[in-house]
Amino acid sequence: MSGLTLRTDKISMEFGGLRAVSDLSLEVETGSIVGLIGPNGAGKTTVFNMITGVYAPTSGRIYFEDRDITGMKADRITALGVARTFQNIRLFNSMTVLENVMISKHVRMPANLFEAVVGLPRYSRARERNYRECMDLLHKVQLDDVWDEPGTTLPYGKQRRLEIARALATEPRLLLLDEPAAGMNPAESLELMDFVARIRDEFKLTVLMIEHHMEVVMGICEKIYVLDYGVTLAKGNPAEIQNDPAVIEAYLGAVEIDAANQ
Amino acid sequence: MDKRRKSKNILTIVVLLASCALLYLADNYLSTFQIRILNLAAIYAILALSMNLVLGFTGMFSLGHSGFMCVGAYTAAILTMSPASKELIYYMKPIIPALANIEWPIFPAIIAAGLLSALFGILVGIPALRLRDDYLAIATLGFAEIIRIVVTNTVSITNGSLGLKNIPSNNNIWVYWGCAILTLIVLKRLINSSWGYAFRAIRDNEIAAEAMGISLFKHKLISFTIGAFFAGVAGALMGFLITSVDPTMFRFLFTFQILLIVVLGGMGSLTGTVISSLVITIMMEVLRVVEQPISILGLNIPGLSGMRMVIFSILLLLVILYYRQGLMGTREFNWDWLLDRFKISRSGERGEAA
Amino acid sequence: MSLDTFLQNIANSITLGSLYALIAIGYTMVYGILRLINFAHADLLMVAAYIAFYGILLFALPWWLAFAIAIALTTLLGIGIERAAYRPLRNAPRISVLISAIGVSFLLENLGIVVIGARPKSFPRPEVLVWNLKMGNISFLSLTIIIPVVTIILLLLVTYMVRKTKIGMAMRAVSRDFETSSLMAVNVDKVITATFAVGSALAAVGGIMWSMQYPQVDPLMGVFPGLKCFIAAVMGGIGSIPGAMLGGFVLGFCEVFLVGFFPAASGYRDAFAFVILILILLFRPGGILGENVVEKV
Repeated sequence: MSGLTLRTDKISMEFGGLRAVSDLSLEVETGSIVGLIGPNGAGKTTVFNMITGVYAPTSGRIYFEDRDITGMKADRITALGVARTFQNIRLFNSMTVLENVMISKHVRMPANLFEAVVGLPRYSRARERNYRECMDLLHKVQLDDVWDEPGTTLPYGKQRRLEIARALATEPRLLLLDEPAAGMNPAESLELMDFVARIRDEFKLTVLMIEHHMEVVMGICEKIYVLDYGVTLAKGNPAEIQNDPAVIEAYLGAVEIDAANQ
Repeated sequence: MDKRRKSKNILTIVVLLASCALLYLADNYLSTFQIRILNLAAIYAILALSMNLVLGFTGMFSLGHSGFMCVGAYTAAILTMSPASKELIYYMKPIIPALANIEWPIFPAIIAAGLLSALFGILVGIPALRLRDDYLAIATLGFAEIIRIVVTNTVSITNGSLGLKNIPSNNNIWVYWGCAILTLIVLKRLINSSWGYAFRAIRDNEIAAEAMGISLFKHKLISFTIGAFFAGVAGALMGFLITSVDPTMFRFLFTFQILLIVVLGGMGSLTGTVISSLVITIMMEVLRVVEQPISILGLNIPGLSGMRMVIFSILLLLVILYYRQGLMGTREFNWDWLLDRFKISRSGERGEAA
Repeated sequence: MSLDTFLQNIANSITLGSLYALIAIGYTMVYGILRLINFAHADLLMVAAYIAFYGILLFALPWWLAFAIAIALTTLLGIGIERAAYRPLRNAPRISVLISAIGVSFLLENLGIVVIGARPKSFPRPEVLVWNLKMGNISFLSLTIIIPVVTIILLLLVTYMVRKTKIGMAMRAVSRDFETSSLMAVNVDKVITATFAVGSALAAVGGIMWSMQYPQVDPLMGVFPGLKCFIAAVMGGIGSIPGAMLGGFVLGFCEVFLVGFFPAASGYRDAFAFVILILILLFRPGGILGENVVEKV
């Protein structure tokens, strides 16, 4: 393996006449935490959607662990080991916390439908195993006390953690987090930072995250890509990014005002 | 196995035995007419359960149910009618030779009906399931109509608009309710299995479901096909109950009645559906009164035919506008409520694992 | 096919196409704004036909008065249906409002059966409007000219309204982007009411003209035309008014000429429309004139 869990080669996304993303080439080293930042509408979620198979890029190629996944369907990409969370939390609103997480185990279910309906051992054993693994996961993210609550009754911060737990349950090697710290105050953001670092180590993940909270990004990302109007403005480590004049002009200026107001 | 699980299994067996007892009593003490109504309710229950699987649990608004029923009914009828009947009934155009001499017993015919309907389910589903909500509704409606029109026009197979009569009759309550209970058990196990949860995930949030690795198309097709299978079974049973089928039985009106039952009982509750099937079927009979002329105090009040459907339409509207979750919402009757009362421990309990 | 039959068929298809176009517009306008297939739309044509019928036969009104009252009352009914059965469900899952539409449709049809009776009745054609014309060897009804003319006038009026008036612009804005429009001080409720009013009025006119052309009215007369007109709207591009007009005419032509060229297939005539629908939904869901909508993730 090339040491790159994720590599995109000049991917672009066009909607009708609008170019949401232009010639983006990303490299995410295995085991690292990489940030994707930029003003609203810069195309960041579109990049996620291309990587996870929701959209097929209009041009360019995407490689996951050196395997070309361009244009593959989303469920297949997840089966290969890529998981994500969503900007607007998308929990399954009829299900409890545990049930939400158990869904992710379906993709790796070894038994077939017939065995499930009849109740044959291969299915029952797999289900038992899934249950244990999911409760274990909930314990690791400190949600096990609410395992039986409807997911949507949780406070916002816990809902985000649940979404991350659900993504982790698919046994991914690459985790894409879309604004995990959205709506959090500074204390919660710091907690989240520790959380992400911890799960990266514990689950041996590579993480790519979109985020607006600069303390989180600068605090935890080893490499940062800056996007504006779908075009890469800059890439580098936090120090380089913070001092890049183009980035400051397009984006960080606004962020400083935010920081001053908090 | 923990205590609660054991208790649940015992209670479920008790209920099954009690149902058998009820059926036995009904068989021996109710009139033939009343048994027919109950059997009709069983058929509606199977239909509504299969529609609920597709609509309530997987979130697909399919209006094609009557088409699959039609396939099932005709399949079972053609397979079980005696060659003599076929000669008699197909008087405009004789039935094609391949089918002329077939005469099967009813249970293989029911299975065959279900399987052929399931095949049609796959054929319809492959194109139709790529469409979203409203388009899916119209497309499946269209397919059901196409099926019906084809049936009306392929006279040498189906006898066209003349329909089929002399289908072997069966009014045995065990047959109909046996099938209904079997359907309920199968669907309950399906819904509580990993696949059932996958269906629900698709209903709740398709995009998130796909992101968690669930193939939308494959799972929608599975749900749709199983729904079609049971609709076919119900169609077959319909033929045996009424002993005649014709294309006009399978118009959209039929699908509407099933839709009403599903909405009333709760889209997403199997128990609600069964209860609602009984209620609606019985109501439909009782309300026949409204459509007959009655004589009060020497005044002759003419019957208002069509009034039943007016009442049902209003009922549907009231439920969907003001009480959308129907009778049971997404709740099922389960034993937890009862066992909680008796303080039987919940250790080792899990969500709703099968 | 002889020339005479051919011309006859042309005449028939123009007439049928006009009627389809009028009704299709109502579907497309409502769908464009609410993303709702208004199953009850076609039953309005039945309502209008019956009001006109009773106006002439029971109340002995002059035809133009009966027609006017029919159109007015049907329009009010259309607006009322939106208020009572669709507006409360505006924030509910889409399936709910579709079910409500089906419920309204059934209610109208069965009320028709109860109040009027299921047996078809003969519509009284006003003599001043309906008479026979002869051109060479073909004889045809005056309606063959009147219907398309009325239709074209109404279509021009609708197009003018949508392009040049404020309410028309508001309609276009709301159908583009519901949320943003409501944030921009567009009174969405008023726009929706206006949409239903226009659609219902057109359906009413269509219903009256339909019953003059095919003078048998019965409570279920709207069912098949309704489905076909929706199909026509999809064919032309759902959400697009010119599309609905185009789709209506195309469907009318196809239907008449299918039966003209293949008389043996006339039993399959209705299935034909559904087959077209399914083909379009699969291969070109935007229709002839429409555009594709992408859902935001």
